[in-house]
Amino acid sequence: MTGTGSIGRRLTLLLALVAALLSVLSWSMVTGLSRQAVARTQDNVLAASATTIAETLRSEQGEVRLELPYSAFSMLGAISQDRVFYRVSAGDRVLTGYDDLPSPTGAAPGIGQVVFDTGDYSNETIRMASVTRLVLAGGQPVPVTVTVAQTRSGVSTISADLSRQAAILSVAFFLVAVGFSAIAARTSLRPLNEIAASVSRRGPSDLRPLRRDAPTELAPLMLSLNRLMGRLGQSIRRSEDFIAEAAHRIRTPLATVRAQAEIALRSVGDETEKRRLRQIIRAVDESSRSAGQLLDHATVIYRTDDLALSPVDLAELVGQTAAALEPTAAMKEIRLDVAATPARVMGDPVLLDNALRNVLDNAIKYSPEETEVSIRVTTKEDQVHITVTDEGPGLGDGPLGALTERFRRGDDTQGIVGSGLGLTIAEDVLLAHDGRLDLKNRDGGTGTCVTLVLPCS
Amino acid sequence: MRYLLVEDNLELSEAVVNRLALDGHAVDHAASLAEAEEWLSIASYDLILLDVMLPDGDGRDFLARSRARIETPVIVLTARSQVSDRVGALDQGADDYITKPFDFSELEARCRAVLRRRGGSARNEIDLGEAVFDPLAGTLSHHGTTLELRNREIRLLEVFARHQGQILSKSQLLDQLFSYDAQVTENAIEVYVGRLRRRIDGMGLRIETVRGVGYRIETRAP
Ligand SMILES: Nc1ncnc2c1ncn2[C@@H]1O[C@H](COP(=O)(O)OP(=O)(O)O)[C@@H](O)[C@H]1O
Ligand SMILES: [Mg+2]
Repeated sequence: MTGTGSIGRRLTLLLALVAALLSVLSWSMVTGLSRQAVARTQDNVLAASATTIAETLRSEQGEVRLELPYSAFSMLGAISQDRVFYRVSAGDRVLTGYDDLPSPTGAAPGIGQVVFDTGDYSNETIRMASVTRLVLAGGQPVPVTVTVAQTRSGVSTISADLSRQAAILSVAFFLVAVGFSAIAARTSLRPLNEIAASVSRRGPSDLRPLRRDAPTELAPLMLSLNRLMGRLGQSIRRSEDFIAEAAHRIRTPLATVRAQAEIALRSVGDETEKRRLRQIIRAVDESSRSAGQLLDHATVIYRTDDLALSPVDLAELVGQTAAALEPTAAMKEIRLDVAATPARVMGDPVLLDNALRNVLDNAIKYSPEETEVSIRVTTKEDQVHITVTDEGPGLGDGPLGALTERFRRGDDTQGIVGSGLGLTIAEDVLLAHDGRLDLKNRDGGTGTCVTLVLPCS
Repeated sequence: MRYLLVEDNLELSEAVVNRLALDGHAVDHAASLAEAEEWLSIASYDLILLDVMLPDGDGRDFLARSRARIETPVIVLTARSQVSDRVGALDQGADDYITKPFDFSELEARCRAVLRRRGGSARNEIDLGEAVFDPLAGTLSHHGTTLELRNREIRLLEVFARHQGQILSKSQLLDQLFSYDAQVTENAIEVYVGRLRRRIDGMGLRIETVRGVGYRIETRAP
């Protein structure tokens, strides 16, 4: 598609963009939540561990004693392989553990409360939990602080793992969403495509309104499409009616003139008068013929713009056209000899009839009395040839191609009425059917041989 | 022959009626479809000449409506050719059509073709002394011999038959025999008359030359 691009593609793109945003959002939420969850788990375990150690504090002979329960550390090992540090201190005195462990900063912790802090130890980030308990030592309550710390690399590996999994899921979600978007775009555009298809399936002269159920969004489009077709149909009908009316108005008085002239010709005896009357009749014929051919030419051009193709049996068509011209030929004692093999083509029968009619009309018109015009339908490979051969004067020595030009008449038409459009019309019709018009002088003897060449269906 | 002409233009109607009368045909004229219906209910015709544009409707619709009832052959008079016509006259049941303005000899040739195609129910024989001439069938009969004439011979003999006892000049014959675009000389008339003479030899008629004036048909009284 051109212009503003494809609606389907735009819709898919838009939906994909939304899906991408949602994916990123959900990924970052999952990552954040999992990091928080892992951190909280570590905190809880550190707190539990510190509290467990703090509960073993007791005083023995004025000294603060403690046991380091194995479980306090084993629970830390359960969440990750991170290294664990601890320290128990009473005031400034370190009772046991790593004395260089950073002490918790911030406000002095309340008794029994767990305080968390993050710090650096031996080049690693650690998380610390401290709890302070009062131990009676020597009659005096001594605050003892238990600090348990753990490095964070293990837990961050876990949260990185979770985050990676969330990312994979998000990408999968995104891809599925894009797929669905494409499908959704296509389904929602289907009614539009169906309307387009039903319009283009129609014949060129079918301007009936579209009658199909469309989604509400398409109703305005359907409505204006139908209105447009209605107006188009009306204006075509109007101009066709106008042409019909105009032809009728012009030709009816011409017919009167001609008939009256014929009557007058019967009653006058004077040769000069007779000659004048014959001239009148010829002029009437000339003008009506030109008008008719001009109208035909215009109609042919208009109809060939958008051919209404249907299967045509050329043998039948040739038979009918020849039969229609038989009385005209008989007036000159010309015999029409038709021999046709069945041949099917795709075409507009009215136009093909008109093309043949123009060629036959020439053959009859230019041939002398009591001659024969032969019409042959033959198939050659993938072509059908309709050959019209007469025993007339032939086409002369000039360039034959020029005879199909508009208004071009031969040099030696001997006062035979014509407009020079007959062969032009015939050629236009054949070209529109992917065929051609072949003109040649008959080999051996005089006469013309005109061939209408059409591709087989 | 008896024609019904359905045509609303009065000048044209008058001219057609007069012109056909010159050839010895009887013509009734209807200016509308309603009038045509009236004529058809009281008389029978050999042929209907029907205009397509009439004040009370389209001649072709009339044709489609009444085709089942009326058996008379119809030739449609149209101002348009077939390509430019939205609805072809022939599809609607006309036997033939002719575009205005028309050549009366062509009209006659078409009528003859239509009537012959229809099986020649309308016989229209002319007595020529002992012989009988049927211009429609193109035959001349005399004492059991029947002669088939060719187109031009039929027309020439018809002209003589309709003007029995009159002298016809070459120029008169020329006008009735050839269409006006053909450049035919009066010599051609001599050739055709000579030919017809030989053809009808022994059929009980003769074409005499009246020196300096023209020709006349001589029939032997039956
Ligand atoms: N069958 C034919 N015999 C002789 N000349 C012909 C024949 N067909 C066509 N021509 C020549 O080709 C010219 C163009 O033909 P056409 O386009 O039908 O115009 P028109 O017949 O109206 O003059 C004619 O004027 C005539 O000289
Ligand atoms: Mg021509």
